[in-house]
Amino acid sequence: MSAAANVLVNASAPSNETGYRTFTLGNFKISRDEYFVHVTWPAKGQQMKHIMSADAFLRAMMRDVAWGFFYGWVNFDGMIGTRNKYGQVEFYAGRYAPAYHDRGLDLVETFDTPLIMATFKAILEDFTNKGFDPFAAPDETGSSWVGKKNGSNTEAIDRQRQACKRMPGLPGDAELRSDSNGYPVNRAFADVVQDAPEIHAEEGFENDVHAMNLFAYLSRSDVTWNPSVTSVCGRSLCCPTTEEYILPIKHGNDRVEWFVQLSDEIEWEVEDKLTGLPRAKAIMKAGDVAAMPANIRHQGFSKKRSMLLVWENATPELPDMYESGKLQPYPVNF
Amino acid sequence: MSEFQTVFGSLNDYTKGELKIINDDPKHYVFSNIFDVASKSKPYEKVVVAINLEYVIEAVRAEGVSDWFAVAHDEFAIIMDGEVRIDLVKLDNPNAVAAPDKQGAVKVNGEPVGKKMGHIVCKRGHQALLPAGAAYRFTATKTGVMMMQTVIGDLSVQKWADICYK
Repeated sequence: MSAAANVLVNASAPSNETGYRTFTLGNFKISRDEYFVHVTWPAKGQQMKHIMSADAFLRAMMRDVAWGFFYGWVNFDGMIGTRNKYGQVEFYAGRYAPAYHDRGLDLVETFDTPLIMATFKAILEDFTNKGFDPFAAPDETGSSWVGKKNGSNTEAIDRQRQACKRMPGLPGDAELRSDSNGYPVNRAFADVVQDAPEIHAEEGFENDVHAMNLFAYLSRSDVTWNPSVTSVCGRSLCCPTTEEYILPIKHGNDRVEWFVQLSDEIEWEVEDKLTGLPRAKAIMKAGDVAAMPANIRHQGFSKKRSMLLVWENATPELPDMYESGKLQPYPVNF
Repeated sequence: MSEFQTVFGSLNDYTKGELKIINDDPKHYVFSNIFDVASKSKPYEKVVVAINLEYVIEAVRAEGVSDWFAVAHDEFAIIMDGEVRIDLVKLDNPNAVAAPDKQGAVKVNGEPVGKKMGHIVCKRGHQALLPAGAAYRFTATKTGVMMMQTVIGDLSVQKWADICYK
């Protein structure tokens, strides 16, 4: 057992063979070897088993941790994932895979958020080898995830999500990104203009007249598929992010979420939230706006690093309003 | 020279994406394109392209000089195309223009009364704060498109059937 933030994480001693620990979370056991992560759980008197490539698992778990379990469901793939109950989190295997769920071969267990967060952070730290950055695009981070336990990459996995209170650059708010504070322009956005808006503030209004180059800010993002918050209007949050390769999870919505494609192109696969059956494909290009309804799960594919503005409504009552049927799962009737 | 080319849209050069339905209603995705919407809008018409309860994203065609507007809450403008000057005035009596609980932008009758705060010149990709209690006016030095983050108000226009895939 190891203690993290006053929460006991259940971990074995390092394996003599691979160097990785095995973690226990309720009735789930999570282990890894040179290539794969294995998740096991009991069901109907037998031990069920799910296998994932370790890089895909780490990329998914990294988002779940960085997003604080996000809004609703974070499916690592079609079998395992988490559902945020805001204060508690469900971890499941097979719950949204009908062949398992219909035969009682799934398992859902609920944990207090601090316990599952501490366990996930400990898994990330143990399973991530030196040189592998789960936030980076494959072209940037290579294959150092492969093999036996070889060091760690604490700096990469401990990054904090950048969230402003009002707008970055205002006094006392989140910093703008620059070379000098460790945010060089990403290789895929080397052609993005870095000019600044002209700000002419009268005396006494220097802290109120404010603007920033949002596209330049995004061009300096050092992570993929990890929204920051760049403007706050009540509970309306603009959460732009830069996307390359594949969204490492399938996000199941507990509220309507909106996408505004700021640059380039992302292809979205949309499935039914409960069954995973295909419902639509959206190919979004610069300037496109689309809703992701509250009853779907979605996964994006971005060939070139692109800029996506995710628009969220952080109203805490929203999940219950959709769950109870008070709100329809899509945003407008026309 | 970068091996990558970043593609942004503009009023004169945009391609609306695709929605391929397998088993759903295309209307559920409320799929539109900001440049497409602005290409058919009147100057400074506030067309809602995304809505979540009372919160909205509006597509606005920036062309010529706008009226003066005021808001009781912060708004944000992202310039998606063109070049826009934003003049700001701190209202002497903001509650008389937009009551504290008034949602969305309101038009100011005549010139706003208050102290000049300054002005901002924004180009593509720039984001400006339109602070609560201030009046603002846009002047497009080059016709373009803005995306506004705000709350639905009297000036917001919803015409989903005209702008979305059906």
